[in-house]
Amino acid sequence: MELLTDPSWLYDWPKWLDIPLMKWVNDGFKVFNEEYGIYFEYVNNFLLGAILSLKKFLIMLPWPLVIALVVAIVFFSSGRKIGTTIFVGLCTFFIGFLHPRFWDKAIETTSIMLIGIIICVFIGIPLGISMARSVRVRNATLPVLDLMQTIPSFCYLIPGIMLFGLGAVPAIIATVIYAVPPLIRLTDLGIRLVDTEVIEAAEAFGASDKQKLLGVQLPLALPNIMQGINQCTMMALSMVVIASMIGTRGLGDEVLLGLQQLNVGKATEAGLAIVLLAIVLDRITQAYGQRIQERNTAPK
Amino acid sequence: MSKIEIKNIYKIFGPKPEQVLPMVKDGAGKEQVLEETGHTVGLDNVSLSIEEGEIFVCMGLSGSGKSTLIRHINRLIDPTAGQVLVNNVDVLSLNAKEILEFRKKTMSMVFQRFGLFPHKTIIENVAYGLEIQEVPEDKRKEVAQGQIDAVGLQGFENQYPAQLSGGMQQRVGLARALATDPQILLMDEAFSALDPLIRSEMQTQLVDLQSKLKKTIVFITHDLDESLKLGDHIGILNGGRLVQVGRPEDIILNPADDYVKAFVKDVNRSKVLRAKTVMTKINKFDTSGINPSSTYKYDEDTFIEDLIPRVLKDRSTIEVINKAGTTTGYISSEELSEALTKTN
Repeated sequence: MELLTDPSWLYDWPKWLDIPLMKWVNDGFKVFNEEYGIYFEYVNNFLLGAILSLKKFLIMLPWPLVIALVVAIVFFSSGRKIGTTIFVGLCTFFIGFLHPRFWDKAIETTSIMLIGIIICVFIGIPLGISMARSVRVRNATLPVLDLMQTIPSFCYLIPGIMLFGLGAVPAIIATVIYAVPPLIRLTDLGIRLVDTEVIEAAEAFGASDKQKLLGVQLPLALPNIMQGINQCTMMALSMVVIASMIGTRGLGDEVLLGLQQLNVGKATEAGLAIVLLAIVLDRITQAYGQRIQERNTAPK
Repeated sequence: MSKIEIKNIYKIFGPKPEQVLPMVKDGAGKEQVLEETGHTVGLDNVSLSIEEGEIFVCMGLSGSGKSTLIRHINRLIDPTAGQVLVNNVDVLSLNAKEILEFRKKTMSMVFQRFGLFPHKTIIENVAYGLEIQEVPEDKRKEVAQGQIDAVGLQGFENQYPAQLSGGMQQRVGLARALATDPQILLMDEAFSALDPLIRSEMQTQLVDLQSKLKKTIVFITHDLDESLKLGDHIGILNGGRLVQVGRPEDIILNPADDYVKAFVKDVNRSKVLRAKTVMTKINKFDTSGINPSSTYKYDEDTFIEDLIPRVLKDRSTIEVINKAGTTTGYISSEELSEALTKTN
């Protein structure tokens, strides 16, 4: 009755017109954490173990050997391009050259990213394939991907911390959520972009779905999938930097430190190191895709 | 029994083809159906039989349904209604697994834009059909090499398709199709993307190969000259309907409707008509006027193109003989001029 006599609620949003989503989510999350927290403990231990052993292994290696390894990988994956190889070698060298402490930090960042990317590949490629094959799966997945790409990363960093504690593991979870959508999309797109006549040719010879996928669609979608892995890598790197705010160690915490101390020089050095790391990873992941692309469309 | 029989095939593209089918069966035209229901009529009551060992050419302009038709034969497309029999087996009754077997064993296909696998070498492309059939690697390389030799591409085995010219790529397509030794070859505008000289060369190569292999070939084209050169029988499609089926000379001499007439108007008849079609039969020809010394004998299957210089330049008469050597009729300048100028 009061509503009819007092119209003020039309001007300011009334307090009682409020869906208590926050309370629901908090209560739900609390119950969820109590009931299933133990499983996250297992996941946490497993991932942490994987990161630590990878990190320990890479840090144990003498730094010239690591540079040599990077150079060798670039040399072969780029199809023996001398220029690219030397450039990437120099970039790798300059990470340590900028500040000796950066070398171990860069390795720590890389280890977290590598584990994240491996998880992305295991989730992203199969999901991309099933999206390309079924309209239903695609319609169901696309909105989820949109959500993953638009939701601010802090929104899932916080529940990540509550489930896994501070450190590298929530960073990996956040990395996967943030970096996997482009890989899924590009895998799906890559497969759907394969020339229909080529697909028809495979079908006309009686290729089964599996033969078609493994023999024709995936190899031809590979440049796009590699592009997806490249994008995934770049996004993972930027997320690992953001994740320094939840206590993930690596190059990101150097930037954060520079920021907190208003030390411009320190922040610049650390920023440059991240850029160098990005260049190295970008060249490695792009070189392979480019080489396949060149072969498929050789000049007349 | 025909090798391939297509019986009353309808194909309607759109979300609910079954609901539109009765309307099409009642004779509604392509435009009307599109306007009223938003569905596209691909094929409208097409029936055909294709005999073993012949080249059947299916001709029509783009949108006439010819590519849709050929894809019904290996069931890359399922019809809305109708029946497709290959070797007297109803293709539509095959389950998913049987259809793969059927495609592997019975037929292969050549595509307009070649449909080669860009990530495989030439020899791997040619061996693809055998790879699918899980033939051991050394055996399939051997067969593929034989096919590569047959189309004259020795030395290109380890190149990639993008490194070859269009004509060469289509030879790879042909070799790939023949490598599985199929009974039926489906060729979807196989030569349309090639330039005229290469196209003519490929047509000749196909005719040569066919004289040895005796496959059943279904060839799709929009080019009348090509269909006349290759076809034992020609079927002409317009707007999803089959308007005429016949031998090349039937199409030229008796076009079924204005559409076909417009097609054949500019054809070089001398390249299509054969001596036996234009000759006057022996019992109706007045032999009193001819001079035996200027009479030449020609086989009845000779194209009249080859007779023109004889008749017009040497002012002679052609005596047409059949395979057994018996005279069946005569051709003089009168028969020639009638055959070449007759308009319908």
